[in-house]
Amino acid sequence: MSRKITRRKFMATTAAGAALATTFKFPTPAIAQGAPFKLGLLTVKTGGLAQGGIQMEQGVLTWLKEHGNKMAGRNVEFFSADTGGKPAGTKTKAQELIERDKVDVILGPLAAFELLAIDDYIEQHKTPTLSLAGADDLTQRRPNPYFLRPSACSSQAMHVMGHYAAKEMGKKKAITIDWDFAFGYEQEGGFQAAFEKDGGCVVKKLWTPLGTPDYTPYIAQIADCDVVCQGFPGGVPLRFLKQYANFGLKYPLVTGETGGDDALLHSFGDEAVGQISCCPYTLDLDTDGNKRFIAAIQKQFNVVPGFYAAGLYVNCDVVEAGLKAAGGTTDNKEKFMAALKAVDLKDTPRGPIKFDHLGNVVGDFYVRVCEKRPNAPYGLKLWNKTVKTYKDVSQFWTWPEKEFLAHPVYSRDYPPLKKC
Amino acid sequence: MSRRFIVFVAGFVALVTLPYWMPGVYYLNVSSQILYYAVFALGLNILAGYGGLVSLGHAGLFGIAAYAIGYMLQAGYGHPVAILTALVGGMASMALYAVLSLRATGIGFIMITLALGQIIWGLAYRWISITGGDNGINLHGRPHPFGFAINSPVAFYYTTLVVFLLALASVAVFVRSPLGAALMGTRDQPRRMTALGYHVWAIRFWACMFSGLLTAISGVLFVYYTQFISPQALDLTASAEVLLMVISGGAGTLFGPIVGAALVIVVKSVVSGFIERWNMLLGAIFVVIVILMPEGLVPGTTRLWRLARRKAGARASRKTELEAASKAEAKP
Amino acid sequence: MTFWLLLTVNSITFGGLLFLLAAGFSLIFGLMRIPNLTHGSLFMLGAYFGATFAGGMLAITFNFWIAVLMATILVAIFGTVIERFLLRQLPGQQMAQVLVTLGISFIVADFCLMVWGGDPVRVDTPESLTGFIRYGPLVFPHYRLAVIVIAAVATVALWLLLDRTRLGAMIRAGVDDPDMARVVGIRVSQLFTIVFALGAGLAAFAGIIGAPILSVYPGLDQDMLPLALVVVILGGSGSLLGSFVGSIIIGFIYNFGQALLPELSYFVLFLPMLVVLIVRPQGLFGRFVP
Repeated sequence: MSRKITRRKFMATTAAGAALATTFKFPTPAIAQGAPFKLGLLTVKTGGLAQGGIQMEQGVLTWLKEHGNKMAGRNVEFFSADTGGKPAGTKTKAQELIERDKVDVILGPLAAFELLAIDDYIEQHKTPTLSLAGADDLTQRRPNPYFLRPSACSSQAMHVMGHYAAKEMGKKKAITIDWDFAFGYEQEGGFQAAFEKDGGCVVKKLWTPLGTPDYTPYIAQIADCDVVCQGFPGGVPLRFLKQYANFGLKYPLVTGETGGDDALLHSFGDEAVGQISCCPYTLDLDTDGNKRFIAAIQKQFNVVPGFYAAGLYVNCDVVEAGLKAAGGTTDNKEKFMAALKAVDLKDTPRGPIKFDHLGNVVGDFYVRVCEKRPNAPYGLKLWNKTVKTYKDVSQFWTWPEKEFLAHPVYSRDYPPLKKC
Repeated sequence: MSRRFIVFVAGFVALVTLPYWMPGVYYLNVSSQILYYAVFALGLNILAGYGGLVSLGHAGLFGIAAYAIGYMLQAGYGHPVAILTALVGGMASMALYAVLSLRATGIGFIMITLALGQIIWGLAYRWISITGGDNGINLHGRPHPFGFAINSPVAFYYTTLVVFLLALASVAVFVRSPLGAALMGTRDQPRRMTALGYHVWAIRFWACMFSGLLTAISGVLFVYYTQFISPQALDLTASAEVLLMVISGGAGTLFGPIVGAALVIVVKSVVSGFIERWNMLLGAIFVVIVILMPEGLVPGTTRLWRLARRKAGARASRKTELEAASKAEAKP
Repeated sequence: MTFWLLLTVNSITFGGLLFLLAAGFSLIFGLMRIPNLTHGSLFMLGAYFGATFAGGMLAITFNFWIAVLMATILVAIFGTVIERFLLRQLPGQQMAQVLVTLGISFIVADFCLMVWGGDPVRVDTPESLTGFIRYGPLVFPHYRLAVIVIAAVATVALWLLLDRTRLGAMIRAGVDDPDMARVVGIRVSQLFTIVFALGAGLAAFAGIIGAPILSVYPGLDQDMLPLALVVVILGGSGSLLGSFVGSIIIGFIYNFGQALLPELSYFVLFLPMLVVLIVRPQGLFGRFVP
């Protein structure tokens, strides 16, 4: 239960500090080198999105513990806020972090709709925000200069997946199935665009309502294709794959970063074997950075990390690198943000990363296949084995930026279905 | 000067001077939130508390007003037009709501309103051309009532306070009016009311419209505060939350909903920063309220206070009685 | 052809599962007039308990069916406690009942999150029922067919209980007229406790039976509760036949509605419910207008 003690300690320290500061209205001193660096996290720890949210916090806490609670030589004061997964709550907690706790950087929030709710607010307050939230347009057609995304935008991994399915797997007819919301649209849109660019054709796009317990009405419509692409978030892939296998469907499954997340490996059963996923992070990446990260999170929380935990850990790496480059001070917000955008790291748990001029990552993406491995590390019975690595993938895939941005953002009807 | 009057004046003064004694902008903002949720709860209380019609779909109406503002502003209209559309649209939706829901009472009413709320939620997700789906609509800026800009937290707080006080006053007037009395009559004895010649349906309908107006107003304040609207604001948990504010504070009382709103918002926004299991805490608070004061915090506290005073008074008077008796005995 | 057949069979399966969930709610509401908004959480709690016993989380892994029994009994006991100490103090006070049942559902949901974490929990299909039958191009898993059988057995058992036993007669009397039932000497408050425990147990039973299909995850309670409410409203409260017919109808609407009218997938359940409520507020077989 060491995790509880750590968090409570942070809570107690920051609560006491915040209470003192606000009750006695201490004037905020000019941030000297000795003053603590304030890191805020907007995450979801209650309700349906809690799965990813809890992992996000674990990623940050692991990084802080491993680095002795210091960033670029400064002590870190960490504020973790539970938004409840509702945009109004996200706004309130963002205000708490920025106005009450005076954080220098915000990590998170989790969901795209949460990020959109605070889009203007973080720009107004010039608070650099590093989030996993995939909303494409925040680094494309409506870029926010204070937003940085070291993980991936919604369509980024799916572009790779679509290309792989067409070129490497030789598939010609795909059916996509996803939740009926923006993250789903952007994922499947990306898959479709890349799949069709390389000669494939999407036959049908199935959209399921959020929170459906039983996917059978949709599974029943999957026929006459040679590959199925799913992009369900959170814990949904578990039941979808089970229900899919239950009905004896044999079409190969491909997915993005949430549908095959390594953190779900311990929950998956045999029905996940054979699923191909493309993710910006993979457990089997054999680098020092990844090995250290996995060892640290195993030691502290005894969990197998996935996209969420690794994503936040990498976010912390970026913040520290940016802080160092800015000379250890965030007094000049524009300078700090510029330093963050210029970060170029070689050995993060997800491999080398850098950013394009819109604040989205350019990095490696891994295509893995899920296989049975009875003696896999960390007590797992399944393993996502990397079969191909795509280096320096940007959010525009292989299209020129101008051409890509001229299209509308991926939505329910874009790209449109064509005759196959 | 009665005790009650002193309490009211003290409360009023505290609210008006709040920005000066509240430690920090963050808590000022939380107070603004409490105030407009209080308006929302007051609106629901008209139906649920005074009318006996529990609605589990009120967040839908709240959302319609908020979306109206978002949509109109995005379409390029000015704030006055947007606000007018929100209020009119909110009340028109409420009229439709009322016509459909008032066909039943009790749990039937609850279920119809739940269904309507869910339908509106579904529309918010699917009618992407108007609502933007789950990407929502972003607002830029706030209106200028009478020429004052209300972008700063302090200015917004005072605007919300004024609206809140007006809402509270209007509810107080309503409750003491013949219509209010008739509404409570239809809650307690609908058949007798009909026998006496009252048009029960019409009374309830107009109560719904008043409730709809207050709900729409709170929706407008909400969206101007948050500067964002998306379907999450109208889902079932949002409707359940405002109902819980009304019930926990004391349904059918004037100040109950306000206390309930303060309770829920404080636990959600402030306590959640210190206690990780705040959801469980909130649930536990509700259970404790039900055990100790099932009628709600406000009436329950009043009752317990009176009980304590009566007991103390009884003890004191018994003490003096005994003393007098023993003195009388001691006298030869 | 496969499509229609598959969806038809699945409608009956899903309907069966819904019946198990809704029957408890219908009985509780019918007899005690309490809208038990904790019902979804009890479903989820039963599923988590069952997953713990059968899934090897404890030192011993129990047989699936034993786990089902244990989970059902545990939650039935929990239900008894809730009824005895909380709900019994609030006869007729609907507001307070809503407050306490919602409060308990918050506590249970957060408790589950605290104990089992945010990750979804998988429950393996029991050994004897893995696999599927093939009938030409139609493939249907054994377990889902088994759910139909289980639901049918439960329906018959409940019907026998209500129709052929003294207890059932007392329950039916209590549903029709609680005051008269008291007058003729029926211990209505004892009955309430039994019925609430039965309802809670049924919900938990449904949860763990459904777990191999739906898995167990935070938010399961909020996904299932509206479905239970829709069934009870459609079928009519207090009527077992109503719950049965209602579940089957909702099972069909859920499957075919979503498959054929994907544009209306959010409204597919609530529109019919709205129509029924407006046209016939007591539901199809309701014994009283709620």
